[in-house]
Amino acid sequence: MIEIRWHGRGGQGAVTSVELLALAAIEEGKYAQGFPAFGPERRGAPVMAYNRVSEKPIKIRSGIYKPDVVVVLDPSLVGLVNVTDGLKPEGLLIINTSKPAETLREQLKYKGKLATVDATHIAREELGVPIANTTMLGAVMKVTKVLKLESLNEPLEERFGKIANKNKNALKRAYNDVKLAK
Amino acid sequence: MGKRIGMEVGIAAAEAVGLCNIDVAAVYPITPQSHIAEHLSDIVHDGRIDAEFITVESEHSSISACAGASATGARVYTATSSQGLMYMHEVLPIVSAMRLPVVMGNANRAIAGPLNIWNDHSDIMNQRDCGWIVMHAENGQEVIDMTIQSFKIAEHPDVMLPTVVNMDGFQLTHMIEPLEFPTQAEVNKFLPDRVPYATLHPDKPVSMGCFNMPEIFTETMKVKDTALINSKRTIIKIWNEWGKQFGRNYKPVETYKTKGAETLILTVGSMGETASVAVDEMKKAGKSVGLVKLRLWRPFPLDELRAAIKGCKTLIVMDRSVTFGGIGGPVATEIKSLIFHDKDRPRIVNYLMGLGGRDVMVEDFITMVERAAKKKDETYEFYGVRE
Repeated sequence: MIEIRWHGRGGQGAVTSVELLALAAIEEGKYAQGFPAFGPERRGAPVMAYNRVSEKPIKIRSGIYKPDVVVVLDPSLVGLVNVTDGLKPEGLLIINTSKPAETLREQLKYKGKLATVDATHIAREELGVPIANTTMLGAVMKVTKVLKLESLNEPLEERFGKIANKNKNALKRAYNDVKLAK
Repeated sequence: MGKRIGMEVGIAAAEAVGLCNIDVAAVYPITPQSHIAEHLSDIVHDGRIDAEFITVESEHSSISACAGASATGARVYTATSSQGLMYMHEVLPIVSAMRLPVVMGNANRAIAGPLNIWNDHSDIMNQRDCGWIVMHAENGQEVIDMTIQSFKIAEHPDVMLPTVVNMDGFQLTHMIEPLEFPTQAEVNKFLPDRVPYATLHPDKPVSMGCFNMPEIFTETMKVKDTALINSKRTIIKIWNEWGKQFGRNYKPVETYKTKGAETLILTVGSMGETASVAVDEMKKAGKSVGLVKLRLWRPFPLDELRAAIKGCKTLIVMDRSVTFGGIGGPVATEIKSLIFHDKDRPRIVNYLMGLGGRDVMVEDFITMVERAAKKKDETYEFYGVRE
């Protein structure tokens, strides 16, 4: 089982990300959960959302405190919330950022696996808005290999209809652009 | 069966209602039930089903509208949570006394005060003596299945009682997970049209819910009690029918790895799934532990509970609400009283846990079992409380 924690800001679509990822996993015949950090969400405030993906039925109904993967949707959250909290020593941190990986390592005092992509830049170009939730899904697919990229097609089409293609392009770019840092 | 799909459980609850050929829904939105209210309203508005969705101004009105609609012979649904259920409270015993088969979904949430929007069972436990059939779902699939089953149970001529399906707020309502829906044809085969015992109609006047003098009130109370006790037979029968048609079996008391176990954990609702993982881990470590899950709360399945806990030395009851000034939680209090005279009854250890959204993890269940072994008495404990 792989456990993922998403950090975003209210209104940036972290919950949409976990929903799309869970739906894609279920589409593949896997078992999955997608859920928000339960509580009153406020636009702009730091929020979290979670995924579990497994080959076997998932029985655990508690929160995720020791994730395998942490995804940061909003660059400004780095340094504001403790994004590496509980991240397993062999875990993976994926950040939407325009900064070099070394800068982030220093800022976070983090030595573990790190992947970066400038998803906000991609989202601006492909979607015309600086909202990187779907774009970051591409990066997550690439570096975690948790699911096939194509499995997101149907959930994206159902969710976004006419603008599904723009989202697909954005996440494909992030899939290609994301880099594992040294 | 329909296709296996991913969906949020709250939305799925509304979709399940959409398969049940309802006539009227009267729902007032409240967190964490809101997605049920919104989505059911969409289903009606989009013309997917031919039903009336009454946008009431409160829960007192929603349950009253449901009672009136049900009295005319309609198939009726409502859903609520926490303060909404508390606001309905006054009307709940009237619905059961009038033998109106209203079906309700309750997204379990703590009741104020202080205000808290998260999950526990204090909302439904406060309705214990209202004469409704009360059952708890453990996961999203059970929410779908039990919602559909409930219409058949509630409306059955041997039952005719309102029924509430509890689903843990957030833990279930806001969870996206894999679910299987029966097809409309399958539901139609399982769930017959409602045949009401009597209906309100201007052309054929009848009186329902009449005033009772002291000369008859005691008799009415006994009838209500007997009806609820007797409903268990039909509930089991209908669950067996469901199992035959859909391959998913439902029992008033579910057991997991209980055979020969010296210690049993007893849970209600979604925490049973997490507890089952704890049982697996403890079994691996050589501990003699099993799990009992109470699905049916009213009518209380005493015979089934006795059979499930037979031979165990310690029964650890997990209560997600408090009986203030009493002797712990309502589930433990009740079980203690029911098996008090049983020979060789287990020692009962009671934890009050998971209150107002406090998370309960696998490790917590293991800790509670370990700590229970050291306890000598039958007092209760607020697990994890900071003092």
